[in-house]
Amino acid sequence: MHKLLMSAYKEMLLLLRDLGGLAILFVMPLVLIITVTLIQDSSFKIVNNVKIPILFVDNDKGDLSKTIRDNLQESTLFEIVTQKNKIDLTEDITKKAVLKGEYQLAVIIPKNITIDLQRKVAQNVSNILSELGVEEDTISNKESIPDKEIKLYFDPASQKAFKNAVMNSIDKMIANIESKSIYSAFQEEFSEGGEEEKPLFDESSFITFKEINPKEGKEHIFPNSTQHNVPAWTLFAIFFIVIPLSINIVKEKSQGTFVRLRTNPVSYATVLGGKIITYLSVCLIQFLLMLAVGVYLFPYLGLAALEIGSSFMVLFIVALFSGLAAIGFGILLGTLAKTYEQAPPFGATAVVILAAIGGVWVPVFMMPKFMQTLSNISPMSWGLNAFYDVFLRHGGIVEVLPEIGLLFLFFIITIAISIFYDERKRAV
Amino acid sequence: MISSVIHIQEISKKYKGADEYSIQRLNLSIIDGEIIGLLGPNGAGKTTLISMLCGLLKPTSGTITIKNLSFKKNRKKIKQIIGVVPQEYALYPTLTAYENLMYFGSMYGISGKRLKQVVLDNLELLGLIKFAHKRVDTFSGGMKRRVNLIAGILHNPKILFLDEPTVGVDVQSKKVIIDHLKELNNNGTTIVYTSHHLTEAQEFCTRVAILDRGLIISKGTPLSLIDDIEDAHNLEDVFISLTGSALRDHA
Repeated sequence: MHKLLMSAYKEMLLLLRDLGGLAILFVMPLVLIITVTLIQDSSFKIVNNVKIPILFVDNDKGDLSKTIRDNLQESTLFEIVTQKNKIDLTEDITKKAVLKGEYQLAVIIPKNITIDLQRKVAQNVSNILSELGVEEDTISNKESIPDKEIKLYFDPASQKAFKNAVMNSIDKMIANIESKSIYSAFQEEFSEGGEEEKPLFDESSFITFKEINPKEGKEHIFPNSTQHNVPAWTLFAIFFIVIPLSINIVKEKSQGTFVRLRTNPVSYATVLGGKIITYLSVCLIQFLLMLAVGVYLFPYLGLAALEIGSSFMVLFIVALFSGLAAIGFGILLGTLAKTYEQAPPFGATAVVILAAIGGVWVPVFMMPKFMQTLSNISPMSWGLNAFYDVFLRHGGIVEVLPEIGLLFLFFIITIAISIFYDERKRAV
Repeated sequence: MISSVIHIQEISKKYKGADEYSIQRLNLSIIDGEIIGLLGPNGAGKTTLISMLCGLLKPTSGTITIKNLSFKKNRKKIKQIIGVVPQEYALYPTLTAYENLMYFGSMYGISGKRLKQVVLDNLELLGLIKFAHKRVDTFSGGMKRRVNLIAGILHNPKILFLDEPTVGVDVQSKKVIIDHLKELNNNGTTIVYTSHHLTEAQEFCTRVAILDRGLIISKGTPLSLIDDIEDAHNLEDVFISLTGSALRDHA
């Protein structure tokens, strides 16, 4: 025990002697978490008046194109641009502008879309009425009306999520307009005229959506960017301990202290134990600092405060086991790496990959199937799920047991491989 | 009665992927209380031999026993009675001399006031007490060598292995180191020592073994080796006579 504590004390002294390294270890994760949460929170916020300029070409000049334009304008996401250098936009001009990346999106309304929609709706209504025997079947009911296509030109660099959001939004708009047109057509057929005519159809939405977050008990925390981002980026920061830890071990090998320790009556496990204690303490301090930033600093930055509720101990346990997994990985990397040039780049890239497949940037359910399977082996995925179980699903220790079990297993396996590999190397 | 503390029997060592043996069926007994120098040109196998004696390398074949103990069965016990002073400065540069020695001393199981006293006493003996709380990376080469030595002797080892303990140090530091080693030897520590400084070895060692291409080509007291070679006046003459004057470069 004395050897273990002295090893931990030595590691702590080494860290404290590198003030620059310490600053990076504690300050950078805080900067990361603040920056990412600010960006993600403000990306579509009205307060910031950030609107995406989109090109709008109206070849129709009718009610439908006017309605689409007004709806896009009212959504507060877009700034409608209809002229470039004081010249009315054409499809050619917009296509070139989008391809160059000057604009993210161009909407091209085709000619006669209003008239053709009205004709189509009238035709459909007429067909229904003639089926019901209310109206005679006429030749115009059989006239072929070509389908209309609203073209959306996207910048090739646009994110798929953005494209989907825009297309869904416009699709919904069109569906609304079509429905209203059908109601109007029927209203016209059945009304007797007069200004005070009572509408035949109630056009308000019959089906609405309500966002409900399942909860148990009285506690109810609404998820927001803070609740999503703080756990994700805290985990990312914890795993970055891989880099200084692996460098620490490579340094011990290159400066000869490992040679001395191998001739001392002290096991490799004890030497590693000292590093585990010290670096785990660093991870937990990082975690506490990031929680503190989320709870106390975020409100001053205009962000939602982090809600911890009564789950602090469970969160701490998740952070502890996530830290252990990260440390195990760092020790394995340091044991296997032979030079400084190998450890940090591999460590940094590995952490980014684990974060990516773990769902830190893109939710796991949005990934291709094989990537979703791959995410099951990412310790960051286990850690993130455990954090979300607590932060977003209000789970307790029982709910996070599977994930912390996996994290601990990962730690045991990586340490075992490191010790085994070191033993084999000593037998050179 | 003369007894062996280290018994090396038919030791061979071939590194993975190497064409030749670095050590070939070497036999040597090291006597309790002696100072034995392992000398030889570059690539002779000195460092390989001393690494096997310290337990850093496993022999390809043969046996090594230290005080009748083998590494296979009594690794920890052996490590408790041997001290190692490697050729590199095996120290933490950002820690002070005191912090380095407190750490390495604790790894030998020494603790508390005894550890503190042992560290301070040794720093005093080797003229470093004024610099005890200075970082090692601010030390000169000679000072680092002395701290390096102290780290290997804090636990008062029965056998001390030194790999080039005076390389790159000034005359004053070299004298302090050699004098301290002699003092340790007078107190019963057996010393196994490698060096390229033949004059130093001649004055310091009670016995020398000259290695070349993994074999011991001659061993005995420095005087007896000099007497055995015609026209040899010192150990350097003996060395050149036995190993030749050609360069021994290898990679």
